[in-house]
Amino acid sequence: MSMIHSIERISFALRSLYRSHGYLRYKMNKFEEYDFYVRNKDFLVSDSVITFTDTNGRLMALKPDVTLSIVKNTRDVPGCVQKVYYNENVYRVSGSTHSFREIVQLGLECIGDIDDYSIFEVLSLAAQSLKAISEDSVLNLSHLGVFDEVLRGVDAELRRQIMLCVRDKNAHELSRLCDGAGLTVQKERLLGLLGCYGTPEEALSKAEALLGDLPAIRQLSRLAQAFAATPLSPMLRIDFSVVGDINYYNGVLFKGFVEGVPQSVLSGGQYDRLMHKMGRKSGAIGFAVYTDLLEQMESAEEVYDVDTVLIYDEQADIAAVFAAVAQLQKDGARVIAQRTLPEKLRCRQTLRFENGEVRVL
Amino acid sequence: MKMLNIALPKGRLGEKVYAMFEKAGFECPSIRENNRKLIFENEEVGVRYFWVKPSDVAIYVERGAADIGVAGKDILLEYTPDVYELLDLDTGKCRMAVAAKADFRDDPERTLKVATKFSNIARSYYASQGRDIDIIHLNGSIEIAPILGLSDVIVDIVETGTTLKENNLVVMETIVPISARLIANKASYQFRTAQIRKIMQEMAAQLEEKP
Repeated sequence: MSMIHSIERISFALRSLYRSHGYLRYKMNKFEEYDFYVRNKDFLVSDSVITFTDTNGRLMALKPDVTLSIVKNTRDVPGCVQKVYYNENVYRVSGSTHSFREIVQLGLECIGDIDDYSIFEVLSLAAQSLKAISEDSVLNLSHLGVFDEVLRGVDAELRRQIMLCVRDKNAHELSRLCDGAGLTVQKERLLGLLGCYGTPEEALSKAEALLGDLPAIRQLSRLAQAFAATPLSPMLRIDFSVVGDINYYNGVLFKGFVEGVPQSVLSGGQYDRLMHKMGRKSGAIGFAVYTDLLEQMESAEEVYDVDTVLIYDEQADIAAVFAAVAQLQKDGARVIAQRTLPEKLRCRQTLRFENGEVRVL
Repeated sequence: MKMLNIALPKGRLGEKVYAMFEKAGFECPSIRENNRKLIFENEEVGVRYFWVKPSDVAIYVERGAADIGVAGKDILLEYTPDVYELLDLDTGKCRMAVAAKADFRDDPERTLKVATKFSNIARSYYASQGRDIDIIHLNGSIEIAPILGLSDVIVDIVETGTTLKENNLVVMETIVPISARLIANKASYQFRTAQIRKIMQEMAAQLEEKP
């Protein structure tokens, strides 16, 4: 099967998975007012947006993100959780080419009075999504609450630089930054956290020994325990280098990888702080799968464009030709009827329809 | 076991860091043969090395063509690839600096003309100082830009300072110290964790042994 067909199959499987957990499809407009993105530009992966002036003179943007629009259209209902999934095209500047690209984003959001169950369900759906893409996949889980604790009272700019080092597992620069600012205790804890990578059991006991009994570590342990009861447990890893903007995210953060794709194909987390910034009281968690990245996965390349070319001539009875094609298609073969053999078409066999019969050429 | 792909920067630095990989137990003797081949494999150990242009190492690693590699901090700062920066190899040391003609006097009221190969580093350095600059991107022989009046200053790598001296230039400020770094593709790290961590730990141990 070609990779494109595989992506369609995966996309279909993921949508069915989300629907089976009661997530409703969220369909959105192609455009939003530009002003909306300007107000929340730090939340966007890149701050470049394609804009145009609408017929009424308003400056509009081709949506670079889905989450913001979904959040904008939700209401706080105490005790309720709204579950939606989406499959949308977004327009962003791609990191390496510095030009705009259309990106297909498939994902879900769970918004409202979220609790441990909602968080676990979203994590589990993320893990199942990765599994649907490839057996060889990993879900890395982190918690921003850990850094809130370790970096309490640290200047915002220094904190930003430290988090960049954490993101890149860059222990040497991290040490230099902490040494420069006289953060001795924090340095030891942060370097220790970088070393907490691996199975939840191992990594979380290390983290607890390092930081003591923190609510964030307790929550990670509860989630890991719930995971342990599922077949998805082996793919879960703790990795504190998964970080996000602290102005928007809090709580758990996660990234998914599949063998054969050099970037993370899934990314998500809890973003109560974005909700609060947008005037909501409730919390939210969600993730996106970047299906266009899956093109990079190795696939058994198709050797042939079609299985059979059936050559017919102008005198042939059209109903008989059509019936012959149908007959050849029976076992799922791809058959193309042509009067002459097309150039560059790779086919398994060429047959000729002559005097009401199919002959091998 | 799938081969671990390692991108090495062509040249003296590459040879030096290959010796570190070799000492870490990831040897590939054919690499020392004097020929024009660019790819070398040792199936027994499970490694494949390739020589690439030093400024391209980060691209190979970010895009997953190499699982790990060795790149200068200058390249990492300039192109900000999305990779893990696992270790400072404490070799290939130099600094990114601002240099100008010895008699150059900076007039903050004028836009500063800066010639450089490292546009992003220069831009963010001057932005952090709130200085308005005009970047002139050059690909080589940066040192002659101030002499010919093309620019006021240059932002470039300074190793010993000999080239600057010979062209009557002096270092005005150091922007950042540079050295070679061990980098890893983020997805490869998840699937070849044991191998990558072993290399990292062995190399870190070698650095500690260094006087």
